[in-house]
Amino acid sequence: MRREIDPLRVEKAIVQDKTHFLQMKEHPWLSLISFIAILLFWEWVSRMAWVPPLFLPAPSSILSEGWIMVKTGIIFKHILASLNRILWGFVIACSLGILVGILIGFFSIPEAVGNPIIAATFPIPKIAILPLLILWLGIGESSKVAVIALGVFFPMVINVYTGVKNVDPLLIKAALSLGSNRTRIIRKVILPSILPMIFAGMKLGIGIALLLVVAAEMVAADAGIGFMILTTADLMQTQKLMVGLIILSLLGIFFNWLFQKLERLFIPWKQ
Amino acid sequence: MKVLIDHISKIYRDRRGESTEALRDIHFSMEEKEFVVVVGPSGCGKSTLLNIIAGLLSSTSGQVIFEGPQTDSKPHTAVVFQDFALFPWRTVLKNIVYGLEERGIKWQEQLEIARRYIALVGLQGFENKYPHQLSGGMKQRVSIARALANDPMLLLMDEPFSALDAQTRTLMQYELSRIWEETHKSLLYITHNIQEAVFLGDRVVVLSRRPGRILDIIKIELPRPRSEALTLERRYLEYVDAIWAHIKKQAKDAMEEIG
Repeated sequence: MRREIDPLRVEKAIVQDKTHFLQMKEHPWLSLISFIAILLFWEWVSRMAWVPPLFLPAPSSILSEGWIMVKTGIIFKHILASLNRILWGFVIACSLGILVGILIGFFSIPEAVGNPIIAATFPIPKIAILPLLILWLGIGESSKVAVIALGVFFPMVINVYTGVKNVDPLLIKAALSLGSNRTRIIRKVILPSILPMIFAGMKLGIGIALLLVVAAEMVAADAGIGFMILTTADLMQTQKLMVGLIILSLLGIFFNWLFQKLERLFIPWKQ
Repeated sequence: MKVLIDHISKIYRDRRGESTEALRDIHFSMEEKEFVVVVGPSGCGKSTLLNIIAGLLSSTSGQVIFEGPQTDSKPHTAVVFQDFALFPWRTVLKNIVYGLEERGIKWQEQLEIARRYIALVGLQGFENKYPHQLSGGMKQRVSIARALANDPMLLLMDEPFSALDAQTRTLMQYELSRIWEETHKSLLYITHNIQEAVFLGDRVVVLSRRPGRILDIIKIELPRPRSEALTLERRYLEYVDAIWAHIKKQAKDAMEEIG
């Protein structure tokens, strides 16, 4: 059962780059063109009245509705109400998350106490806690801010904790050998080391904050984007509802952009 | 200032209670302004010894004693690590003044001291660069300047050039030799490279494989300042040979154990 010997041929064989297909081509215009094409198609479908405008209003009518809401200023009332809640919830959650994350990451007793509590409360969907928060804090602003804060707190605390655990021990040794004590190490080594993780936590958190602000405003509110979406749906004002969705999309994009800028500003040592 | 490494032993215990003996009864002393090199095969506990001297690890028995006038402001040791251990969020200048900051020295004075050591290690023009913008050799220069700027009684270097390529490494050895001639700091240098040990040291402490014991302490009586030409001289090569003879069997056994 000997394999037959492959006879030698005398030819020229030119070596090809086998990784060629891995180099993804760039299509700079395609993203924009396809986006516009989809909008135009949507406009066309609506104009042909194949779908009633109640279900799918034309992009142009959404836009003009949005413009009216801007001119009357009603839209800003809703946006500001939501942003206000997000801001408070976010600030409270980030400060607490960073503080608790460093404590449980760096000190053994807080770690032993805090870890099981976090592990037990983290899996509860925060919307499920909203009724309890309303019971405790009333249906005013504080329960909404609290539910957002809870939602943002967990990704932040977990990110910071992981960050602290992964600080390069060599840098801590270097700082110790140069005369730092424990508190100085937290400020001068741990904190700058975990900045990237803090920003990652903030990016995760802002998505959760948008989700929770809408949910909370749908339960009980008299202003806010969630409130606006719910009431316009009840009144079958689909254009206004769509305006609300677009605002949420724009807010998400804006926050992403903002955090990217802040990250560049605060972490100049990473390009 | 005399440093006494007084019968240091170290036994590591892991979680299952199994113990590994890393160092056994290491005993020697260092004189003021002496350049001592500890050389040994891989896994002989060299770095363990350095960490114990730096106060970054506790010994199982024995102690490290600094004999002589002491001040609170002057640290006993400063370490130059193999992997540089520069703070990535600090520029070259801010890395170098780190220890001075911790000692509460005024900014103006910090700056003066930093300038002096930046010039000593040849980093002028790179003060405001971040570590990731530097080559390995330059990173290690920053690390050396940072340790020297803190003015320790004893400078510790843990295989400082092992992470560098062979050519940079050779150049850095010459550089270090020059820097040492200018500062005459008491220096304890850890390496597995015998040529490096002979080229740099006043004395070479030869360690055995694990558990690390002192096989021999060899006084290197070669003229200073030492330069490239020295590496071709017969006496230099004889020292290298003598140490290699000590270590050869140890290294072979260690290699077979690990491989």
